[in-house]
Amino acid sequence: MCAKKVSDSDEGVGAPPGRGDLRPTRAVLEGSEIDRALTRIAHEVLERTKGGEDVTLLGIPTRGVPLARRLAERIERVEDRHIPWGSLDITMYRDDLRMAPARALGRTEIPAEGIDGRVVILVDDVLFSGRSVRAALDALNDLGRPRAVQLAILVDRGHRRLPIRADYVGKNLPTSLRENVAVLLDELDGRDAVLIGPARPRPGEEDHR
Amino acid sequence: MRHLLSAGDLTRDEAVLVLDTAAELARISGRSVKKFPTLRGRTVVNLFYEDSTRTRTSFELAAKRMSADVINFSAKGSSVSKGESLKDTALTLQAMGADGVVIRHGSAGSAHRLAGWVDGAVLNAGDGTHEHPTQALLDVYTMRERMGRVDGLRVAIVGDILHSRVARSNVLLLHTLGAEVTLVAPPTLMPVSVPTWPCAVSYDLDEVLPKSDVVMMLRVQAERMKDAFFPTAREYSRRYGLDRDRFARLQDGAIVMHPGPMVRGMEISAEVADSARSTVNEQVTNGVSVRMAVLYLLLGGSGSAIGNQGD
Repeated sequence: MCAKKVSDSDEGVGAPPGRGDLRPTRAVLEGSEIDRALTRIAHEVLERTKGGEDVTLLGIPTRGVPLARRLAERIERVEDRHIPWGSLDITMYRDDLRMAPARALGRTEIPAEGIDGRVVILVDDVLFSGRSVRAALDALNDLGRPRAVQLAILVDRGHRRLPIRADYVGKNLPTSLRENVAVLLDELDGRDAVLIGPARPRPGEEDHR
Repeated sequence: MRHLLSAGDLTRDEAVLVLDTAAELARISGRSVKKFPTLRGRTVVNLFYEDSTRTRTSFELAAKRMSADVINFSAKGSSVSKGESLKDTALTLQAMGADGVVIRHGSAGSAHRLAGWVDGAVLNAGDGTHEHPTQALLDVYTMRERMGRVDGLRVAIVGDILHSRVARSNVLLLHTLGAEVTLVAPPTLMPVSVPTWPCAVSYDLDEVLPKSDVVMMLRVQAERMKDAFFPTAREYSRRYGLDRDRFARLQDGAIVMHPGPMVRGMEISAEVADSARSTVNEQVTNGVSVRMAVLYLLLGGSGSAIGNQGD
């Protein structure tokens, strides 16, 4: 699980590991359910932010970015208002940098509106230990001063190691630490799905996220 | 721990990783807080036995932007002037726990020797007339930014090849990345070993210029010259200098590079140096991003992501 998740922000060191190579896995969310979850989150965002005023969506690479784009599109469709979206790479802010050779950087793309004074909603695929979100908060801190930061997540699989929770959750998915959760997205993997399967054994590495 | 000693040690993938990382770092260097916490708690020593403004400040700035602690050590005003050897200096730095040592030295191979003495990563910032890998990386980065590619580019490197570490490192790296390099110099300033280098050689600048996408001019390194390599500076300038007339014969879109410091009127005319097709200042800017990338990749993780294995 952790191994899988680490590879998320790890793209670029060779090819991103394929998500089709998991051993016995089952899909817990299919494309249509992911669709509905995102639509619901879009509406929740509109409710909680008074119609999406000053909202900027920032996806955490790799799979948070297409999710941020989809959410922005959905919010725009409902409210007919432009929602800036971008990406926020957290590689250099990770707390496990020293545990592996330096990773290739992902892309940070801050929309022209900037983040000062805005309501920044961080978007990621899986919320696990909370470490990625902590790194994202640090990265955000170096970029400016949002009025508020919220967190939208497609799958919350539990096992938090830090006092972090999501404001918008697509699906709560109780998992065991011996399981691996992988999100597939059409833009990167050719189809939408959330898969659950056994974690690949990684001796000495209990939890990276 | 691994090192960056020669541009030739980088594989194509590693070189591209450095360039991509540098590009990403350059994109975010326009933000309000330019510092990254990534190398917090790591110590980088700048060990400079030769004079340098550009390279030393560039490495210093790069290391500081990555939050590393930087110690500048120059031969003047240190115990080197009391007769301390490179090895003893290295062991001193080792004892102080340097994670990375950036070394510029007048002797070829000094960085390589140092790599055998210290545990930290060694970055060659110029060893004699041998190599200067980060300069080659920033040159190639600049070419890629300006021309959109490196593969298939026709690059002319013109001037004092004999005394140039920049030329050798560029030839090796450009060859790895698929560019075609032609060295242009008077026969006296061409290294004896040049037939074994992966590049073409010419003695006639006017013949090469119209066929080049990139023209890199090198300074005549008078301080390294013990003999007369050409009759007069004027004659050199007339045959191998990039002046207004030659500049006009360049291809549309071709760029002019120079690693600096320039001697205006010698290898490059002031007019050419200040033209929009000259990348001299971009090269300096890019140098910081490229060195940040190299420091990050060498020191950022548990082991290095690039460079050759040391002892």
